[in-house]
Amino acid sequence: MNVAVETRSAPRALRQPSVLPGFGLTFGFTTFFLSAVVLVPLAALVLMSLRLSWSEFWEVILDPRAIGSYRLSFGASLLAASINLVFGFIIAWTLVRYEFPGKRIIDALIDMPFALPTAVSGIALTTVFAQNGWIGQYLEPFGIKVAYTWIGVTVALTLIGMPFMVRTVQPALAEVQKDLEDAAETLGAGRFHIFRRIILPTVLPAMLTGFALAFARAVGEYGSVIFISGNLPMKTEITPLLIVIKLEEFDYRGAAALGTVMLFISFIMLLAINLLQAWGRRRHTRTGR
Amino acid sequence: MANRAAQIFVDEHATRPGRDTLTTAFARAFFIGVSLLFLAALLFAPLATVFTMALEKGYEAYLASFADPDTGAAIRLTLLTAAVVVPINTVFGLAAAWAIAKFEFRGKSVLITLIDLPLAVSPVISGLVYVLLFGLQGWFGLWLQEHDISIVFALPGIILATMFVTFPYVARELIPLMQQLGNDEEEAAITLGAGAWMTFFRVTLPKVRWGLVYGVILCNARAMGEFGAVSVVSGHIRGVTNTMPLHIEILYNEYNFVGAFAVASLLTLLAVLTLVVKSLVERTGYKGH
Repeated sequence: MNVAVETRSAPRALRQPSVLPGFGLTFGFTTFFLSAVVLVPLAALVLMSLRLSWSEFWEVILDPRAIGSYRLSFGASLLAASINLVFGFIIAWTLVRYEFPGKRIIDALIDMPFALPTAVSGIALTTVFAQNGWIGQYLEPFGIKVAYTWIGVTVALTLIGMPFMVRTVQPALAEVQKDLEDAAETLGAGRFHIFRRIILPTVLPAMLTGFALAFARAVGEYGSVIFISGNLPMKTEITPLLIVIKLEEFDYRGAAALGTVMLFISFIMLLAINLLQAWGRRRHTRTGR
Repeated sequence: MANRAAQIFVDEHATRPGRDTLTTAFARAFFIGVSLLFLAALLFAPLATVFTMALEKGYEAYLASFADPDTGAAIRLTLLTAAVVVPINTVFGLAAAWAIAKFEFRGKSVLITLIDLPLAVSPVISGLVYVLLFGLQGWFGLWLQEHDISIVFALPGIILATMFVTFPYVARELIPLMQQLGNDEEEAAITLGAGAWMTFFRVTLPKVRWGLVYGVILCNARAMGEFGAVSVVSGHIRGVTNTMPLHIEILYNEYNFVGAFAVASLLTLLAVLTLVVKSLVERTGYKGH
C-alpha cells in the first residue's frame, strides 16, 4: 500500500524507496564497470566500421569471400541446431522418462561442452573424425569425409549446441502431465497422436528457444571449429575466422565491418530468444501450471 | 530396492490396461540407444581421445611434455589470468545482483539484458573490440605507443578479453537467486540496527553461497579455457602471451600431438572437476539458473 502511495506522489522517481542501503554504490559500480568492459568496447567496434564510407562498408561485407563465410557459418549453424532439435529432444526425453544405470553421470556430462575449453573439443573432434580416427575410419570407405569439410564444421557446432537444447527441453518435458497422456490413451489416441497433441504443444516453446540458443552460439563459435574446418577460403572458412584473418592483415576497418554485421545478428538472435522465452512463459501461465 | 522397482513396474502396467508392453520396451530401448550412440560419437569419444592421445607414447613422454618451459609459462599465465579475472567478476556479480535484486528502478530489464550481452557475442568479437581500442591502429593505439604502454599482445589485453567473455557468469547466477529469496531478512537486519556490510556478510552472503559457488566455478572454467577472444588479443608469443588453450593450438599445429593433448588433458580434468563441484552444489538442492 505504502509503496503505491509513494510511487504516485513521485511518478518520475527513478527508483522506489527502500530501507536497504547500498543502491548508489552497487548501481554505480555495476553501470560503470559494464560500460567500461562491455559497452564502450562494443561502441568502439561500431564506430570503427563507420570510418569506412557507405560503399566501402558494403564492399567489405558483400565480398564473395565474406558471402562464402556467411553461407558456411549460417548453413552449418542451422543444420547443427536442427540436428540438435531432433537428438536434443531424444536425449531430454530419455533423461526425463527412463531410468537406466549410469543415468546420473550421463545427465551431468551433458554440460561437458559448456565446461570443456573449445580448443580441447576442437582438436579432439578432429582426431576422432580424421580419416584414420576412431569414427572417421568407418566413414572413409563410404566416401564421407568429415574432418576438414563442412560436415566437420557441422559436427563441432552440433556438439557445442547440444547442451543448450537438452537443458532447455528437459524442464519443459518434466512438466508434461502424464495423466493427460494416460487419459488420451484411454480415449484411444495413438502414440503419434499423443505426441503431436499433448507433448509437442507443451515443449514447443522450449524447443524453439533451445534451437535459437544453439544457433546463436554456433554462429559465433570459433575455437572448436577452426581445427576441424580446414579453413579453405570460400569453402570451409567461417565468418569469425575471416575477421581474425583481416586483423592479422591489419585491416582493422574490414574486421570491424564484419564484426558489426555479426554483432547485429547477435542482437537479432537475442531479441528472438527473449520473445520466445516470453511466449513460453505466457503459455505456461495460461495453462494454469 | 528391487521390490520397489517391481512395484513401480506393476503399478505402471496395472493402471494402463491393454498397454502394449512390447512397444513400450522397444521405445525405451530406442530412446536410450539413440541417446547413448549420439553422445558416444560426439562427446565420449573425443573425451577419451584426449587421454589416449596424451598417453600414446607412454607415461614418461606425457610427463616430459610438462617439462617444456613454454608449457609451464602457459600454465602460469592461465592461472594468473583466472586469479585476476574471477575475483573481479565475482565482486561485479555481487554488486550487480544487490543493485538489481534488492531495488526497484527504471530500466532494470535493459540492464539485465546488457549484462548478458557478452554471452551472445562471438568470442572473436570479444577480443576484436579491444584490438580496435588499444591496437596500434586502434582508437588509443598511438597514444599508448607514445607512452610506451602495451595492452594488446600483452597481459592486460588477455585479462580484458577474458573479463569480457566471463563478465556475466556470476551476475546471471546471483540475480535470479537473490530475486527469488526476497528482501525480508535484510530488511529485518537493517531495521534491527545492523550496518550495511554486516547485513551483507551475515545475512545475504550465507543465503546465496551455493549460487555464488556455482557462478564462480563456471566463470573460472570459462576464464581458464577461453580460446577465441584471447587468441585475437594475445599475439601468440611463445612463453610470454600464450595461455594454455593457445599453447594447445601451437603444439597441435606443430604436430606435437602428445604435448598438445597433454595440456588438453589438464583442461579436460579441470572441466570434469568443474562438473563434479557443480553436481555437488546441485545436491544441496540448488538448481542453476
